[in-house]
Amino acid sequence: MCVFTIEIGLTILGLLLLLAEVFVPAITHRTLAALSMSGVALALVALAFASTDAASLPAFIQPYQQLDSLAIFYKGFALVITLLVLWLTAECAPYLSKYTVEGRLSELFSLPLIVCVGMMWMAAARDLVTVFVTLELVTVSFYVLVAFARKSSLALEAGVKYLILGALSTGVLVYGIAWVYGATGALTFEGISAALANPATPKTPVLLGAALLLAGLGFKVAAAPFHIWVPDVYQGAPIPVTTFLSVGSKAAGFIVLTRVVDAFLVPHSIITAEVQSLLLVGGSLTVLLGSLPAMFQTSVKRLLAYSSISHAGYLLLALACRSSDRFDLSSGGIVAFYLATYLPMTVLSFLVLAILRVKGGGDDIKDFSGLARRSPLLALVMTLALASLAGLPLTAGFMGKLFVFLGLVDHAFWGALTCAVIAATVGFYYYFKTILIMYTGDSSSPVPLSLNLWSKAAAIALALTIVVLGVFPRPLQSLLATEAAHIAGH
Amino acid sequence: MSLLEIIILLPLLAALAIWLGTPARITSVSAAVLNLLTILGLVFQFPSASTGKAGFAFESARVVLDDPAISFGVGADGVALILALLTALVTLAAVWQISSDKPAIYHIASLLIAGGALGAFLCTDVFFIYAFHELALIPTFLMIGLYGHGDSEHRKAVAWKTTIYLGAGSLVLLAGLVWLVLEFSGGQKLTFDLNALRAQAALTPLPVEKQGVIFFILLLGFGTLVSLFPLHSWAAPAYATAPTPIAMLHSGVLKKFGLYGLLRIALPLLPQGAQVAWVQQALLLMLLGNILVMGLVTIHQRRLDSLLANSSVMHMGYIFLGLAAGTEIALRGAVLLMFAHGISIALLFALAGRMRNQLGTLELTKLGGLGTHAPIFTVIFAFGAFASIGLPGLANFAGEIMIFIGSFTQFGSTSFGPLQWTVVCALWGVVISAVYMLRAYRNIFQGSATAGHFMNDPALGQRLPLSLLAAALLIVGCCPWLLLGLMKTDLATAAIAKVSAQ
Repeated sequence: MCVFTIEIGLTILGLLLLLAEVFVPAITHRTLAALSMSGVALALVALAFASTDAASLPAFIQPYQQLDSLAIFYKGFALVITLLVLWLTAECAPYLSKYTVEGRLSELFSLPLIVCVGMMWMAAARDLVTVFVTLELVTVSFYVLVAFARKSSLALEAGVKYLILGALSTGVLVYGIAWVYGATGALTFEGISAALANPATPKTPVLLGAALLLAGLGFKVAAAPFHIWVPDVYQGAPIPVTTFLSVGSKAAGFIVLTRVVDAFLVPHSIITAEVQSLLLVGGSLTVLLGSLPAMFQTSVKRLLAYSSISHAGYLLLALACRSSDRFDLSSGGIVAFYLATYLPMTVLSFLVLAILRVKGGGDDIKDFSGLARRSPLLALVMTLALASLAGLPLTAGFMGKLFVFLGLVDHAFWGALTCAVIAATVGFYYYFKTILIMYTGDSSSPVPLSLNLWSKAAAIALALTIVVLGVFPRPLQSLLATEAAHIAGH
Repeated sequence: MSLLEIIILLPLLAALAIWLGTPARITSVSAAVLNLLTILGLVFQFPSASTGKAGFAFESARVVLDDPAISFGVGADGVALILALLTALVTLAAVWQISSDKPAIYHIASLLIAGGALGAFLCTDVFFIYAFHELALIPTFLMIGLYGHGDSEHRKAVAWKTTIYLGAGSLVLLAGLVWLVLEFSGGQKLTFDLNALRAQAALTPLPVEKQGVIFFILLLGFGTLVSLFPLHSWAAPAYATAPTPIAMLHSGVLKKFGLYGLLRIALPLLPQGAQVAWVQQALLLMLLGNILVMGLVTIHQRRLDSLLANSSVMHMGYIFLGLAAGTEIALRGAVLLMFAHGISIALLFALAGRMRNQLGTLELTKLGGLGTHAPIFTVIFAFGAFASIGLPGLANFAGEIMIFIGSFTQFGSTSFGPLQWTVVCALWGVVISAVYMLRAYRNIFQGSATAGHFMNDPALGQRLPLSLLAAALLIVGCCPWLLLGLMKTDLATAAIAKVSAQ
């Protein structure tokens, strides 16, 4: 069986579920959740056994898809985050249905499948047109998802903001693609690298195209100065969708950025210095503009939004570090590693938020006050998640940051390193402020929280993942290192 | 699994077990006893296990990451074993004296600090050394903020101050460590393995001036953690505010991590770093600040807890003096004093905690006449107080005298340089300690009891951990070779390198 059949299968399932409510009006969201989750789980199993040989792809797909292990990794990543988001949606369903028309939720279980297909196809893209089409598939689905809780004015505001800025960034992206195509005559990544390695290629138009392309993608990954939409949208969107935006959409943006930057920074590229400084300046700005405002947030959801911005900054800085002789991991590998560590800690913190919300709380920092007394387990896993987001040693977050910092030191990017260190220090302050409040604060309601078995199991599993990745990251690294060797090979 | 790995993991697993609901006291005490026995066993095995080996005994490693090379490597030399023994002793006393009305988190936090400290002392990989120390710091901050003494505003402020100081110190330290790793990795792969770094440092030492710079960064990082003057101001309020077991474990054990790091990482990798003139002079000035300035500050204290807290800051100066001198005798003395100070300050904090519970105040002027009510308590206190003054026969004396002699006669020097002047000034510290300790002793135990301030001798069960610490002070004080014998070749490498550099 070949990989592309998974995408086709998921698309069919997504479309069927979209229509399910029309033909079977009595269908419950439990059934929908079970169907979509089992579909994604099946796809994950299928991916594990699928042939990863590019030659196994049909001839008409081969020009558009490459199956290096980075592509396979991101396809798996997309399936895992989709599965988690679907599960989170099912958990939140009772409270979400209050905000939708007639309590219907079917799109919340079918659109993530479409987003997932988009991300999977994007992960293996070989040219900018495929990238553009899949990116739009993802973004348009998100327009619907963000505004899904229609009866909440915050959600509508978030939806409108995301729609307008998303459309604008799409325009910028297409404009950038056009300039790059005009200057290099190529749309495939290989073609663009070949043109850039040729000193005869005109520099100014290609640079303009590259800058516009990076700006367009910067919007998707919430990089400064295109990050203004993030806190409002994250706050307004339903929690599962916020999780999906924070992890899935960011990963989608970064897989494209990895491919694009790999092409731009090909050896002897005529625009190496400029692209690198763009990434460094953008990354430094992003870590600072993500961390500094986070200090003053009183809503944990907004705090996580700013934290998500700042993590995008570290990832941009990682991209600026080209692979060197000192590491097994290429910059793309470091980004993938970082995202793999970012997934469990972000999902876990949103899971805790979701549980509190379902139990009638809010996302204000006051709702976390004294959490340790109401539910020691939730407080403990949230502590782990926040410590990992802060980058404390022995948690997954530290390993990701370690690679980024070592990369920056190795390339002697001292300015960016200083910004990253400042941001990390500030990060310690606001994450630990939240932890301290959970333990020392006075509880707003003395009622102990009781969790259902699934929530407990998921929270513990994600917490364990954080610890295991922090203490024993070797398997993940070797998975990604083969990919680095592969990239170096071609 | 090697024994050392079990020693590190046992307190952490015990903490997890308590969190899951096992009886707190029994679990933590039995984990501490088990650890103490295992470490004692290793101490007896050590002479045979270490024969023919230059570096560590009981070594094992699990590769965690290939590139940069990070492995969960454990191993012990004499210094590490002595500090592990210190940790086990203090942990046992600390968890034992937690009274049964305290919540389980007291036990959990104590065990986490113990596990982190053991990990930091017994690992041979810079990454894990650093990581375990951080692991031990977090419960310290939380416990000060949660259950510290004083009102909630005060303890929150102290918790934040400690967090910011130690957090900043850790970051400076991280920068220095990363620099070391980059300089000494050799070849293409970065490695965090201390043995590999040492081998590379022996093969291609850095230029002397560069060694001085890196050493100074490490000194600032580690120094903040050990409350080196003028980076010390977090320490006294933190210890005076922290709950008793936390004060015992942090001042007695965890604070030694900074000194241990200098001895284990900075001195072997940068053997000439501490001898670069400006670095040495800066260090000597700072440690004199610890001994003299903090000594005078301590005299001024009016409460027993802040007196002990400040005295603990002051005594770090002697250990820094040993490190600054860098001779074999001074370094051995420094390790001995680390052990002795850890035991004596933990003992004193335990006693002060007991007094606070029973009397409700630690104001020296309000106390008096306890000697007649609680004779056994008085004797045990005397052990701690006299040890901390440096009375011969108790462990601190052996350490201090070795540091003074080793520093004064550095490498047979006949001239009277900055080091010798420092020793002369530092000797006055002994007088200062005598002044404040004896005065505190007189205030608390002699004279007549003020109305309402009575206390009884501890019950037999509570005497046991206290007597254990007092006995350790006496045994090591009378037979210092028991510990000194463990340090055979460990320190020699650093010291010899220095001689050759002169």
